[in-house]
Amino acid sequence: MHRTGELYGQFETMEQQREAASLGMWVFLVTEVLFFGGMFMTYTLNRSTYPDIFGEASRSINLTLGAINTVVLIGSSLTMAMAVWASQVGKKQLVTIFLISTLVLGSVFLAIKAVEYHEKFVEHHVPGFNFSFEPGASIATNAHAQLFFSLYFAMTGLHALHMIIGAGLLLWLIKQSMRGRFTPQYNTPVELVGLYWHFVDIVWIFLFPLLYLIDRH
Amino acid sequence: MSLTPSPGHELPSEHYLNATYGIRSWLLTTDHKRIALLYLASVTFFFFIGGTFATMIRIHLLTPNGYLVTPENYNKLFTMHGVAMIFFFLIPSIPAVLGNFLIPLMIGAKDLAFPKINLLSWYIYLVGGGFVLYSFSTGGLDTGWTFYTPLSSVYSNSAVTPAVLGVFINGFSSILTGLNFIVTIHTMRAPGMTWFRLPLFVWAHYATSIIFILGTPVIAITLLLAGLERMFHLGFFNPVLGGDPILFQHLFWFYSHPAVYIMILPAMGVISEIIPTFSRKTIFGYTFIAGSSIAIAVIGFFVWAHHMFLTGQSPYAALTFSLLSYLVAIPSAVKVFNWTSTLYKGSISYDTPMLYALGFIGLFLIGGLTGLFLACLGLDIHIHDTYFVVAHFHYIMVGGAVMGYVGGLHFWWPKITGRLYPESLARIAAVTLFVGFNLTFFPQFILGYLGMPRRYHSYPPEFQVLNVMSTAGASILALGYLLPMIYLVWSMRYGKVAGRNPWPATGLEWQTDSPPLTENFDVTPEVTWEPYDYNNRPELGLAVTGEPSLAPAHGDD
Repeated sequence: MHRTGELYGQFETMEQQREAASLGMWVFLVTEVLFFGGMFMTYTLNRSTYPDIFGEASRSINLTLGAINTVVLIGSSLTMAMAVWASQVGKKQLVTIFLISTLVLGSVFLAIKAVEYHEKFVEHHVPGFNFSFEPGASIATNAHAQLFFSLYFAMTGLHALHMIIGAGLLLWLIKQSMRGRFTPQYNTPVELVGLYWHFVDIVWIFLFPLLYLIDRH
Repeated sequence: MSLTPSPGHELPSEHYLNATYGIRSWLLTTDHKRIALLYLASVTFFFFIGGTFATMIRIHLLTPNGYLVTPENYNKLFTMHGVAMIFFFLIPSIPAVLGNFLIPLMIGAKDLAFPKINLLSWYIYLVGGGFVLYSFSTGGLDTGWTFYTPLSSVYSNSAVTPAVLGVFINGFSSILTGLNFIVTIHTMRAPGMTWFRLPLFVWAHYATSIIFILGTPVIAITLLLAGLERMFHLGFFNPVLGGDPILFQHLFWFYSHPAVYIMILPAMGVISEIIPTFSRKTIFGYTFIAGSSIAIAVIGFFVWAHHMFLTGQSPYAALTFSLLSYLVAIPSAVKVFNWTSTLYKGSISYDTPMLYALGFIGLFLIGGLTGLFLACLGLDIHIHDTYFVVAHFHYIMVGGAVMGYVGGLHFWWPKITGRLYPESLARIAAVTLFVGFNLTFFPQFILGYLGMPRRYHSYPPEFQVLNVMSTAGASILALGYLLPMIYLVWSMRYGKVAGRNPWPATGLEWQTDSPPLTENFDVTPEVTWEPYDYNNRPELGLAVTGEPSLAPAHGDD
């Protein structure tokens, strides 16, 4: 299909194109909810089976780094929202600036996450052959603690993968934005990446208490 | 009703097949019609693979001890048959081939909302298929298509990882197709094409797409966890490490039971198009058929644990799931009653698509009613994991979904290729398929009821007669599949030119050229008529009551 300006050939009007794109992103996010949902289900079942060990294992991860990351990520959602706003009112330079700040905050999050993973690696808390929860722990304790860390790595790992994809999308947006492509008439990509970015943040808002805060009182 | 023969036609000078040439114009196309043909070729390929395994299974079961393959290889055969047929043929068949081709035509759009994503989902399908073929050719896998843990994640020595990865990847192809359909149906309808003027085929695909987007991500994450468990020795579903294998089954069936409706709903959509066309009658109970598609999709999400009655789940859970499973029978029966009411006092002609549709109703009825046997808690203990189950789901998947697919292919073949297939040969093939199918699978109901378990490579000698009948039926069935493949390919070049509307039918897709232009319509159509109004469309050759109207065109008139 041929493209006229920003209008792709299969659509009749810009309005229709924007509606389709936005509905498409929402439907995609619904599938994402179900995708993460399977893991939350696995987590819920295992935590209710082994509440004590899950609590103990949860206390061994670094709360300070997790809390800092939560703030960083919420901050990145703010800058993302600002970028969407700036693109809607046509402040082209601000769009680029806010997109870059979002990318920077996202990268800070991933860097801190890498530090946390490294800590776990040093403590032999990475599931697999070298896993050992604490010296002298029984086989059962070890196995159940490993379940917690398997879920920890699977859930935060999948979340981090989504962050990396988001960072790639941001890079692409920044490039387009520097060319001044986003105007009040055409800013759908910024809006849609924004939706995606907020979704990934919300996943973290659930992960943080479920993994870091279950037994901290 | 008096009929006038349909006049001769010529192919349009320009259409989607001759708009561009060369391999690149196909592999990089974003035209939904060409992508549908790419899918047609690839699902047919997987149908052959799965069919070959099925043939070997049936040959092996000719004798009680089976001489063809070793017990280990027998396990691989039925597993690979299931994986190829379910994930790579049945699930994509009608949606990705017929749905892809027809939905934009039926709603008066130029293409799907996201043509590039449409092409991407075909490539994802190929990558997933590649991984699965790699697994098949490097030793195969023996876990059953259900990949139950911890067999699949710990104990199996076969090529499980690439197969699981392949099915995982393929899931995203389904998700993107479903997403594309939902957005297209919401935003791309032509002026005047209101929700309740949509063809029932489109409603069925809308319902299917809901399952695609809500169910498929769950199987994706489940297989990902099982794959990680196998690769890194984790314990999510391994009781030795504190995990729960029953959790895997819950998550697996949360998708895989609705997946049955992914297979049958689009076939029901096909039948809802064929029946009124060859009865020359408005479909009976349009809103009920449309609503029942949605109802099946929704209720279908709450019945999954009826696959797990014997896992030791709580009797209260079992009771609830049994009840909910019975509930699915209601919207299914609504459809069957509406189809038969449509036939009542219609001017029925027994053209090939209609033979498939009538066959579908009969076979679906048997498949559906035996489903009630299985939803019954007490009876399920007796027939669980026997050939009764095998027969039941083959009546739904082959008797239902495949009949619908082949019938639909015949019905829209003139639209896809611009040419008609040879009618009398096609009728022979349809009857052959029906007879072969019943001879293959009906004996399996009896076998199962008598206690022959599924997935065993041998059986007691008293079951041999029924097994020989089943194998004999399978060879007739194979012939029934080969015939259409041959004459459909033949007709692409030598078939009689069909014209825009050979049956004639009322759908929007019949009001453009056959084969259609790349843009589908010269100008965006405006819909001013009600759906399936077979008594009120003289411009299509469907006369007002009493007047002569056009006879269905045949390829060998």
